[in-house]
Parts: sequence; C-alpha cells; structure tokens
Amino acid sequence: MADHAMNDAPKSRRDFLFAAAAAVGGAGAVVAVWPFVDSLNPAADTRAMSSIEVDLAPIAVGQAITVKWRGKPVFIRHRTEEEIKAAQAVVVDDLRDPQPDTARVQKPDWLIMVGVCTHLGCVPLGQKAGDPHGDFGGWFCPCHGSHYDTSGRVRKGPAPKNLAVPQYTFLSDTQVRIG
Amino acid sequence: MTAPGRLNRAIDWIDQRLPIITLMKHSAVDYPTPRNLNYWWNFGSLAGFMLVVMIVTGLVLAMQFTPHVDMAFNSVERIMRDVNYGWLIRYLHMNGASMFFVVVYIHVFRGLYYGSYKPPRELLWWIGLVILLLMMATAFMGYVLPWGQMSLWGATVITNLFSAVPVVGDTIVTLLWGGFSVDNPTLNRFFVLHFLLPFVIFGVVVLHVWALHSVKSNNPLGIDIKGPQDVIPFHPYYTVKDLFGIGVFLIVYCVFVFWYPNALGHPDNYIQANPMVTPPHIVPEWYFLPFYAILRAVPDKLAGVIAMFAAILILFALPWLDSCKVRSGTFRPWFKVAFWVFVIDCFVLGYAGAKPAEEPWILMGRLASGYYFLHFLVILPLLSKYEKTRPLPESIGQPVLGGDAPAPAGGHGGGLAGGAKVLLALAILAVATPALANEETHLRKQDWSWQGVFGTYDEAQLRRGYQVYREVCSACHAMHLISFRNVGALGYTEDAVKQIAGSYTVTDGPDDNGDMFERPAIPSDRFPSPFPNENAAKAANGGALPPDLSLIVKAREGGPDYVFSLITGFAPQPPDVELPPGKYYNTVFPGHAISMPPQITDGAIEFPDGAPNNADAIARDVTAFLQWASEPELEERHAMGVKTVLFLFAATALMYALKRRIWAKVH
Ligand code: FES
Repeated sequence: MADHAMNDAPKSRRDFLFAAAAAVGGAGAVVAVWPFVDSLNPAADTRAMSSIEVDLAPIAVGQAITVKWRGKPVFIRHRTEEEIKAAQAVVVDDLRDPQPDTARVQKPDWLIMVGVCTHLGCVPLGQKAGDPHGDFGGWFCPCHGSHYDTSGRVRKGPAPKNLAVPQYTFLSDTQVRIG
Repeated sequence: MTAPGRLNRAIDWIDQRLPIITLMKHSAVDYPTPRNLNYWWNFGSLAGFMLVVMIVTGLVLAMQFTPHVDMAFNSVERIMRDVNYGWLIRYLHMNGASMFFVVVYIHVFRGLYYGSYKPPRELLWWIGLVILLLMMATAFMGYVLPWGQMSLWGATVITNLFSAVPVVGDTIVTLLWGGFSVDNPTLNRFFVLHFLLPFVIFGVVVLHVWALHSVKSNNPLGIDIKGPQDVIPFHPYYTVKDLFGIGVFLIVYCVFVFWYPNALGHPDNYIQANPMVTPPHIVPEWYFLPFYAILRAVPDKLAGVIAMFAAILILFALPWLDSCKVRSGTFRPWFKVAFWVFVIDCFVLGYAGAKPAEEPWILMGRLASGYYFLHFLVILPLLSKYEKTRPLPESIGQPVLGGDAPAPAGGHGGGLAGGAKVLLALAILAVATPALANEETHLRKQDWSWQGVFGTYDEAQLRRGYQVYREVCSACHAMHLISFRNVGALGYTEDAVKQIAGSYTVTDGPDDNGDMFERPAIPSDRFPSPFPNENAAKAANGGALPPDLSLIVKAREGGPDYVFSLITGFAPQPPDVELPPGKYYNTVFPGHAISMPPQITDGAIEFPDGAPNNADAIARDVTAFLQWASEPELEERHAMGVKTVLFLFAATALMYALKRRIWAKVH
C-alpha cells in the first residue's frame, strides 16, 4: 500500500483532498438533515384538510356559527344592518390596529375571522346567545379582558391586533371556501 | 489548533473548570491506537454510527407514532404515506436494525477470532455482551410496534418463553403483558421501553469505550503495545479510515433502503394484528434465527428456553473457556479451523431457524445446536490446552522475520479475510433460498414497469387499474388507507380528482340534531368501504372476509406476481380435488380453495384509452394499481436512491483518496 510517490507530492495536494472531502462530506450531512426537519412539517393528510367549505344558507341575520378550520375556531357572523353601520362609523385612525371595516370583509353581511384572541390565544366570547359582547357589541375575551367590536377589531384590553381574517373565497352567494 | 488567541483562551477557561475538551482530545484525537488494525476493526465505530442513526430516526418516528392497538398500524402507514419523507425515515429505521445487527455480529466475530475477550479485556468483552443483550431486547420490542401480524405473534411467542419458568412462569407472563394476552397495555409498555433502552445502550457504550481506552485496542497480531513505535494517534489515521468505512457501509445500507426495503422483513407484518388468527409460519427477524433454532432444537419447553439463553450467556465465560495465552487466531492453526466451522455452524442454525419445524430442518437444527455448545464447552478448552501455536512477532512495529510473518499494518485480514468469502457465499445462498421457494408455487412472473433501479409506474396503466378496481374489486374489497386525493398521483387533475370523489357518497356526522347524514365525498375522504363493518362483509361473502387491498401487494409473499397469478389463477376443479361448497379452485391460493369467484374475464372491462382488455391485460393493470396503492412512494424512493448512491460513491472515493494520502506516511 505504501506509495512513496504520493508521499513526496506537494503538501497542497493533501490540503486540496482534505478540503474536498470535508466539503463533500459536510454538504452530504447537511442535506441529510433536511428529511428529518421536513418530517416535522404538516403531513399530506393535514395539508389536505387545510381548506374547508361552509354552507352559509342556514345562518339567519344576526346569527353566528363557529366552524373548525386548521384546528382553530372560525367565527362566521351574519351581521345586522346596525352592526354593519356601527363597524363602518368608527374613526379608523383612533384604533390600536387601524383597519377600516371594508378591509375586513368581502361582503358587508358576512364577517369571517379566526376566533383566537390576538393577546395570548384564548377564544373570545360572543358567539352564543347569552354571551357577553364586550363594551363594543362584538366579542369579549374573558382571559384578560380584551374587547372587540362588530368588525372584530380590538378596542380595549391587552390584545395588540384585530381578530385575524383568514383567506376565503365565496364560491356562490351561500357557499364559502376558507383557506 | 491554530485558532486565534481569544478562542484559545475561551477553550482554556472552559477546560480548566470542566476538562471536557481534554477528555475529547484524549479519547478521539490522541488516543494511541495500534498501527496495524485491519478493516475488521472498522465495525466498532460503525456500530456506534448505527446507534446514532437508530436514535435519530427513532426519535422522529416516535413523534408520529401512536402506541394504541387500534391506531398503531395505521399511524405507521400514515408515516409511510403522508408524513414528509416518512417512508425514508421508517425504512432507514427498519433496515437500520438489520444493518446494526450485521455490524455488531461482525464486530463480535472479530473479537472471537482475535481473542479480544482475553486478559486484560474481559470486562470490555462483558460490557459488549450486555450491549448485545440490550440491543436484542430493544429490537424485539421495536418489531412489535407496527402492530402487524408478526408483531403480535412474535410478541406472543417470545413473551411466552417466560412461562417456562417453573411455578411463577405464568405470573411473570401476565406481568409482562399487563393483561391476559398481548394487548394494548403490552404495546404501550413496549413502546416506552423501546424508547428508553437505546439511551441505556448509549450509556453502556460509553462504558465500553471507556474500558477500551483503558486497556487499549487489541490488534490483528494480538500482542501488546510495547512502545510508541507501535501506535499512531487515532486522529487523523483512524478517523479517516472509519469515515471511508462508513461510506462503503452507507452504500450497502442505502441499496436496501431505496430498492429492497422489505427484503429483510416479513410480508405478514403488513397485515394488521389479529388476535384470532395466527399466520401459518411464524419466524423472528433474521438476526434472532440462530437462537430460535436452538430454542426449537430442544423438545422440552423449559430446557429449550434455557438452551437459547445459554447460547448467549456462554459468551460471558469465554475468558475461562479459552485460556490460550495467544490471543490472535492468526497464530493458532487449529483454532482458526474451529472458528470457521463455528461461523458456518451459526449460518446453519440461522438457516434451520428460518425453516418450518419439520424434518429435515429439526435434525439439522439439533446437530447445529449441539455443535454450537460443543465448540465452546469442548473444542475451545481442548484447543487452549493442546494446540501448538505459531511463534508470535516481536512487536507490532517490527514483526518477526518469519516465512509467513504477517504484514505490519493496514489491510492485513489474517485468516478472517479468506473465510469471509465463504461467509459471503453462504449469505448469498440464504438470500437466494426464498427465491427458490417461490418457484414451487408456480407464480406467473411478469415484467413490471417499476422493477429495476430506475423503475417507475406507468400512469396510464395505473388509471386503467383504478378503473378495474372501481368497476369490479370495490364491490367487495375496501382500501381504507387510500384517499381520493391520492389518485392525483395517477395523473388526474385536481378538478378530476374532485369529480371522482364527488361521484361517491360518504356518511358524515353527527349533524346539529345528532343524526348521521350522507354527503358527496371530497378529496380528503378515504375510499368508502363497500360494507358497513367486517361482519357485514363476511356475511355477504360466505363467511370469508374480502381482504382490504391497500397493502395487499406488500402483504403477500411473491408481491405483484402473486396477486397477478391469483387473479388469473382460476381453473376448473381437478377431478381428484374436493372443494367445500361456495369455494372456487385457484392454482396459487394456499390450499387452492378460495371464496372469491373468478372476476376478470376477457373483455370484462372497456378501457377508454383502447388498451388491450383480455383477462391477462386487465389483471396486469389492476395489479399495477394495487402495487401503487401499496407503495405510493416507490418512484420518489428510486429517484432519491439513485442520487444518494451516486453521491455516496463520490464521497467514499474521496475519503479513500484522503485515507491513502494520510496513511502514506505510516506504510
Ligand atoms: S388571551 Fe384574550 S385577553 Fe388575553
């Protein structure tokens, strides 16, 4: 196995070999890590459930339903004329998270948003009959007292942001796809 | 070492308070290693590498696995089908167990040949054996987790071994099970233990390495290190050699993972565990076969169990059984012969263990078991007393100038290299045997598009096969692991998939009134089952349950060839065969009496693409579809395998070049 010709070769040859082997080995190791990391991402069956279709027909004016989407509650509210007017009348610049009502709905009748408080993730009250609606006629988070208005915007309490509006599309007048 | 001053100071600061850097440098860099270690010494570090691979893959798998009898099997299939790279990680883990045992067994046999159990390495040897025992327990419990038929029945058989213990046997077994049979509590505790033990092994490995570094490595000459001229530092000499070894090993490992992932497993384990039905032929994983053969060789229950455990425990007594002062088999002409006969004996045991418990295998197992103990209890003690050993070299650095003095360093394999060829031949024989067994069942072997290194599916064929399933098979057979979204892989567009799904109705609910309701299926729904439950399926099919087809190709010996042969294997009942009422004669079905009537006839289906629709063509198409259902990851697996192996060849060649360059000084 002895190979004196190689032994006498300039040192740079060895340095090059070393660098090449280290680079290839290191690159291989890094690439090999990816499948393990990616396996922690949502799996195909989870991704397949990432959009849902909801039939709005049975929801009367003034009623709200809660549907489960990506493991979270989504509030769908069929707003009344007064609620819409109240939401539109607010002076946007005074809000903590300034957003006009028009930026939060596609059709003024339908308010669709993720029912997760932007403070620390509790589910605000206001969906069921008899629930408190907070000082602004929308939703009230019992955990630390955040108040949301009829557009789901935070008006009072520790929450920093308005309730999030998910991506959704109206497939027809009464059919909506969320996600 | 030439790091800038600040970094050096930081290292010193840590090292003075916790000498971890010094420790690592001592044990992985400076560690004085005999300069003459051959490639058999690579298997120690390879075993360490495999332990890490098993722990890493196992951790990720455990995050997706559900240890419950109703969900374990499906959660493993979810890993195979839905989790990103889940199939890769599971196949790495599953085949990794086999590779780990290959490596460790070679490591043990290397120790046996070179006398690595002799003073002063007894404790090192014993710790190693403890690791082997822990590995066996871990592997056994791991095989139970997927909750297939072999999992359940393997667990039943092995735990029942303890019932052989007099008086308290049954109590022990009930304690192991946590119930009156292998059931959910058993699965739960096995999962916990299977998770725990690798970390225990890791701890014992630390002891193993500690002991090794205290007594220093043995070497092919088996003589002591006499001075600095006999050793070289571990780094870079053996680090680079080990890395090269890992490269070669990874190529072999990857060939299994990417092309033969189930070759070392058993098809029955792709059938969900059923406590009411035992598979006709229970065999443990290959690495337990020799011990299984010893168990079966003894006709008495308790004695058989004792013999099996004794086969491993006897290794602990080796330092006394072989008291010859010469360590290395290289200098023991008769020991060398005995060693190789013993190796062959172990293969014979493994072979007998894989065979059904009938003659001539029983006799073969008995003779081989007898020889196993003869080797340890008679041959080794006699040899160490009467054998005339050859003169030992003066030192590792300067071996004696004898006619057949061994080469001083590097690739000298002693008698091990020569004998390894015999070993390889035996291994090939062992692998070839199941293939021969298939010949007997007259399967009609077909050329399938997915075979071979680059094999892929033929989408048009899969779509035709799906049509056959839909129009014929689905009347009785469910495919509960397949969702409509999966058929996108057959080349359907997203809208087409939606349309296909929408043509089915599924039951959903309960709605707000608490009632179940019917709705059109959506892509994320699974293929609906033709029957509301198993009993209904049985009742509609003369008492026989039409098997779920999601995994049928993987769950049958012979795979696609078997499925194809079965579908086309109906024949008129031969006059000398009696069939029970309601059964049909089939040439390949075990027992020949099958409940399924012949389904596929010439022209039974019209394919829109005008493809041939004789019975064979239809059967081939539906078999292809079922193959895809069993292994939807196959194309990705082959493609990734090609890339991985090409990369490994390049990286390994580089390591080899670097190794030669670094070692040039030593030679
Ligand atoms: S989580 Fe809603 S107010 Fe704190």
